[in-house]
Amino acid sequence: MGMKRRGRGKRFFVVVIVLAVVAAGVAFYLKGPGPTDFSGGQKVALSDYKDANPTSVPASMKGDDVVKRGEYLTRAADCMVCHTARGGPQFAGGYALVLPVGTIYSTNITPDKATGIGNYTDQDFLAAMHRGVRKDGARLYPAMPFASYTYMTDDDALAIKAYLFTLAPVSAPARENALTFPFNQRWLMAAWSGIFNADARFKPDASKSAEWNRGAYLSEALAHCGECHTPRNLAFAMNNRKKFAGSETGGWRAYNITADHDSGVGQWSDGELTAYLSSGHANGHGSASGPMGEAVAESFSRMTPEDVKAIVAYVRSVPATNSADLPATLAPPAPDSHKEGIAAANAHGKQVFEGACQSCHAWTGVSDISSYATLTGSRAINDPSGNNVAQIVISGSTSPDRKGSPDMPAFGDTYSNAEIAAVANYVTARFGSKASSLTENDVETLRRQSAR
Amino acid sequence: MSQSRQLKVNGEDKTVDVPDDMPLLWVLRDVIGLTGTKFGCGIAQCGACTVHIDGRPVRSCQFPVSAVGDRAITTIEGVGKTPAGAKIQKAWLDEEVVQCGYCQSGQIMSASALLATTPKPDDSDINAAMAGNICRCGTYVRIRTAIKRAAGEPIA
Amino acid sequence: MSPMTIDRDGKTLARRTFLKGGIAGGFLLAFHVPLHAMNESTAPLDDTTNQFAPNAFIRIDRAGKTTLVMPQVEMGQGVYTSIAMILAEELDADYSQVALEHAPPNDKLYGNPVFGIQVTGNSNSIRAFWKPLRSAGASARAMLVSAAAKQWKVDPSSCTAKSGNVMHAASNRTLSYGALADAASKETVPKDPPVKDPKDFTLIGKPLKRFDTPGKVDGSAIYGIDAMVPGMRFATLAASPVFGGKVAHVDDTAAKLVPGVHKIIVLDDMVAVVGDHMWAAKCGLDALKITWDHGANAEVNSDAIWKHLREASAKDGAIAKSQGDVGKAFASGEKFNAVYELPFLAHATMEPMNCTVQLKPDSCDIWQGTQVISRVQQTVAQLTGLPVEKVTVHNHLIGGGFGRRLEPDMALKAVRIAQKLDGEPVKVVWTREEDVQQDVYRPVYRDEISATVTDNKIVGWKYKVSGSSIIARWLPPAFQKGIDIDAIDSAIDMPYEFPNFQVEYVRVEPPAVPTGFWRGVGPNNNVFAIESFMDEIARKLGKDPIAFRLGMLEKSPRFKAVLDLVAQKSNWGQALPKRTGRGVCLQPSFGSFIATVVEAEVDESGEVLLKRINCAVDTGIAVNPDTIVAQLQGGLIFGLTAALYGEVTIEGGRVKQSNFHNYRMLRIDQIPPIDVHLVQSGEAPGGIGETGATAGPPALRNALFAATGIPLRRLPVDRDVLAGRKQPWA
Ligand code: FES
Ligand code: FES
Repeated sequence: MGMKRRGRGKRFFVVVIVLAVVAAGVAFYLKGPGPTDFSGGQKVALSDYKDANPTSVPASMKGDDVVKRGEYLTRAADCMVCHTARGGPQFAGGYALVLPVGTIYSTNITPDKATGIGNYTDQDFLAAMHRGVRKDGARLYPAMPFASYTYMTDDDALAIKAYLFTLAPVSAPARENALTFPFNQRWLMAAWSGIFNADARFKPDASKSAEWNRGAYLSEALAHCGECHTPRNLAFAMNNRKKFAGSETGGWRAYNITADHDSGVGQWSDGELTAYLSSGHANGHGSASGPMGEAVAESFSRMTPEDVKAIVAYVRSVPATNSADLPATLAPPAPDSHKEGIAAANAHGKQVFEGACQSCHAWTGVSDISSYATLTGSRAINDPSGNNVAQIVISGSTSPDRKGSPDMPAFGDTYSNAEIAAVANYVTARFGSKASSLTENDVETLRRQSAR
Repeated sequence: MSQSRQLKVNGEDKTVDVPDDMPLLWVLRDVIGLTGTKFGCGIAQCGACTVHIDGRPVRSCQFPVSAVGDRAITTIEGVGKTPAGAKIQKAWLDEEVVQCGYCQSGQIMSASALLATTPKPDDSDINAAMAGNICRCGTYVRIRTAIKRAAGEPIA
Repeated sequence: MSPMTIDRDGKTLARRTFLKGGIAGGFLLAFHVPLHAMNESTAPLDDTTNQFAPNAFIRIDRAGKTTLVMPQVEMGQGVYTSIAMILAEELDADYSQVALEHAPPNDKLYGNPVFGIQVTGNSNSIRAFWKPLRSAGASARAMLVSAAAKQWKVDPSSCTAKSGNVMHAASNRTLSYGALADAASKETVPKDPPVKDPKDFTLIGKPLKRFDTPGKVDGSAIYGIDAMVPGMRFATLAASPVFGGKVAHVDDTAAKLVPGVHKIIVLDDMVAVVGDHMWAAKCGLDALKITWDHGANAEVNSDAIWKHLREASAKDGAIAKSQGDVGKAFASGEKFNAVYELPFLAHATMEPMNCTVQLKPDSCDIWQGTQVISRVQQTVAQLTGLPVEKVTVHNHLIGGGFGRRLEPDMALKAVRIAQKLDGEPVKVVWTREEDVQQDVYRPVYRDEISATVTDNKIVGWKYKVSGSSIIARWLPPAFQKGIDIDAIDSAIDMPYEFPNFQVEYVRVEPPAVPTGFWRGVGPNNNVFAIESFMDEIARKLGKDPIAFRLGMLEKSPRFKAVLDLVAQKSNWGQALPKRTGRGVCLQPSFGSFIATVVEAEVDESGEVLLKRINCAVDTGIAVNPDTIVAQLQGGLIFGLTAALYGEVTIEGGRVKQSNFHNYRMLRIDQIPPIDVHLVQSGEAPGGIGETGATAGPPALRNALFAATGIPLRRLPVDRDVLAGRKQPWA
């Protein structure tokens, strides 16, 4: 008996060593390249960068006081959307982020001393923004994008803090997170952070223009586009080998925005990308909805034209990565007669469409009412998963400037999962290049994932 | 922005000075004074505001006046002059479709556009063209019969 | 919503009396009589100089133009046509030449005999006015005949009247009503003129064409919302979204920049924007940053309302009716009991709420469609302090009443807005969202029923209905001894004969939410609970639902007749495919006898597909059979919409539903064939306007019960329960 036990002791020690080596290797492999490594140029410290400073606020606002600058940067960093519960006071937290591992609730960042960040010193604030460490030392979950905010300069982070401290304090205690084991162990985040948080400020690429670098800083350090658009690896960190190649967040698909012709934004013109970011709509490409709709409404549409132009220039430069699950060609308009077009027998989906949807979207998919309601050419319609079509039917979509452009009502309360699945499958089949095959259970899952 | 523009409504030229994004519905009702086109929901869900733009049925509550261009606008007050419109209006009276009547301008505009493009509509054609028009009084049974009557088909 | 106090003593609901009468059948599709544009009453109706005006309803001028004054308002139920037919029948007027006018506000002349004030509702226009209109027509005819007889110096009995002329056959002389107008005015009005024997009817009973539809088909018909007054501005408003809340602060900087905004009006409980057109008013309202003081109701939600209703319904109520010895009956027999609950419902009339007002220092003009024209006049007079006669209400065609326009609130809100203007007219139009969220809602109800059965017969029956009393608010004098006569309607007069039965009413006012009459009123709730319970008992006894009901209808031949007819027409009892069922509903509501069978299928995911609907209707003398068929077809769809989708939920003290995307309507592609079969029983006319709304839900519920075996006891239909994903509520 003894022999086996001692033997097993030695063998156990070897296994631990091997595991440690493998873990280190895997960790190094998973860490992958940094967000702007793809540009290939020489990264320099901000102070060494000769051209215009790409950080802080646009040139026209450089003279504004810190609170004004902080307000602009808070919008650019899109803090309000996640830190505000539906219908609740702004920045007071309580917004649910439904993740595969459970639900996390955002916290109160108003200057309330008891339940907000009223007691945070500058250093406390920087620790949270750059390293994901709270004032009480506990670790933030990466749902708070500190792995992107880490690239933000101290000045910009503190300008945001200055603006937040001008808000009326709201008493709103944090809501209990509901994460499954082991993900509810905050200390694990220290290990995660050690590997996946660069904890380094933004380094401009000396070989690139000031506009490209401004776009890089805005997209990575503030708007954190990669947190939604870059696929996640096994450890839920951004896999920059497939930068901007599309991912899924809160029940919505954030599509591929690389330069790929078929599945990315290769076919978009600069003007269309600019229109999409500043108004939430690009003719022939559809409208921003769900989380992207919120980002446009609260963040991109309020940036200066030069900043939007810089973001477009930067996004354009991200190398093409193809998403094989997205069809290469976008479907043309459907016939004007309801009898022509798809042959798939989806009577139920057609019935929902002819009653509630046809008035705006028409049988052709090219709206008679407004380009905002045109389905032809939209990525969500040409996505065989039908994921975002179902989500838009559930939660609707509003355009930020409301200038006469129609809003899509939210049908989720009175149309059943079966009806929403049927109409999504009908719409992708008739107006997209490949029909989706959502079931009512899929729609139930989508509802849970996007619950606020 | 608000600017003076020329609209051709039921064959007549109308000059109006209204904001670009103003829905055609309110231009017709409140500015031109043609109150036959009705407001029912404002979000393109009920069909009461349906007019024709170059013959195509459109929900005027979500159709900005700036999108009209020089296309011809036909409303309930003028649709009787079109062959399809006249047949539909006659069939509506023959079948006594109407109850409160508030949705019926929209119903008739959708039905006239259907008849103009599909002279012999079957049930699926009627559903496709009319399901967007809500009738709170529930006159759907007679709407279907009246469309078939207008198309000269034997009533099922 | 402060309770309406009425200075006049309102009459309590008279017992429904049945008059004997013959019948005249035959279908004659007459031509269409265009309704002369009747929105603007030309000469004021009470100015009847050089006209023969023997009573409130009839005016004949010297040229023979016959004007009939409509005491009830046309809101789609075809009442203008049926009232004109009754008057023209007894008057022997030329039906093709009559002109119609809305009645002015005047309870004395035009008050509804049942309510004492001018009210169009409760499906009673025909039954309530059947006798007064016939005698008005008959007395006018008698005066014309006697005037002619005097002129010809002949005996009146030797003269006859026909389509606007008096003839003396013997001497082959004729005089037109116009020619006789002056002479007839001098005749004394006969007290109790003989009315025609129904077998001599020439108009009543015919599906004559309606007066109101031509204008409604060519876009010329004028509804309240279409009123155009010279110099008018347009406004829209937002009341506190939380019931009872107040305006705390309004930031109108952005709103002032909106092109076409003329004025922003802030009152204590609502905000309005006045503009050059509705779009300016609406964009102005959207641009306002309003902070509300939500007040006490901010925490009220649907769960709290249901909890409150269930707790309150446990206490003893007022006994509305008791027969035999219920206690003894329940000592024996097989016991059954069940509880049913129904949600709040919004009216969502197709024409959103609106009112046009011109308020001057010494006068106030109102343009709108209303079911209670005198109440609007009186409450506006109270609000403005003007004498009643200085308030002129121009009534209009109504784009859907369904009980919503029994309230004067839209006129009062419009007047309060006009009070902030300088005398120019203003048309206040509510957005659909405001219409749905500032409604008076069909109350939530909870019905507890128990029965005891011996050899397939119900011997004892106890029924308790708990819910809001709308009558207590709307017609206080009619709320006596704690009993709401509407809430127990169709519960105290069920079709079935039970030796021992008791009906109890518990008044429970929901927190925060205002309640009001909704098409089908009390019977909607009671017939749903009773007919659902009947099916559950029948199934447990292993009896066919129709056979079980027939066993308790010995003393009601009219109910038995309609039930047999609908069974035959709907192929009752014949096999049906899987998950498809037929459901029956028998109801006594509004003085008519109606049996309905709905056939429906439930697919695997719980979606309901309507297959076929049959309805047998005995409503006594059918004044206009065609409008009766139309009212049943439409009413059934109205009820089925509520059964499938209808629910208003409260969250944070406010209504969650807002427009047709989340307050859903049945559409044409979901409607099966609906066949309505009239039983001409010749009895005095019953009510029809609300019967379909009552019939739909129970018949559908019983069809789903037959199709799936699942007894739904709450509405709207829960598709998860039908698919077996959720347990049924019990
Ligand atoms: S008002 Fe335009 S569709 Fe309802
Ligand atoms: S006829 Fe009344 S809404 Fe259609």
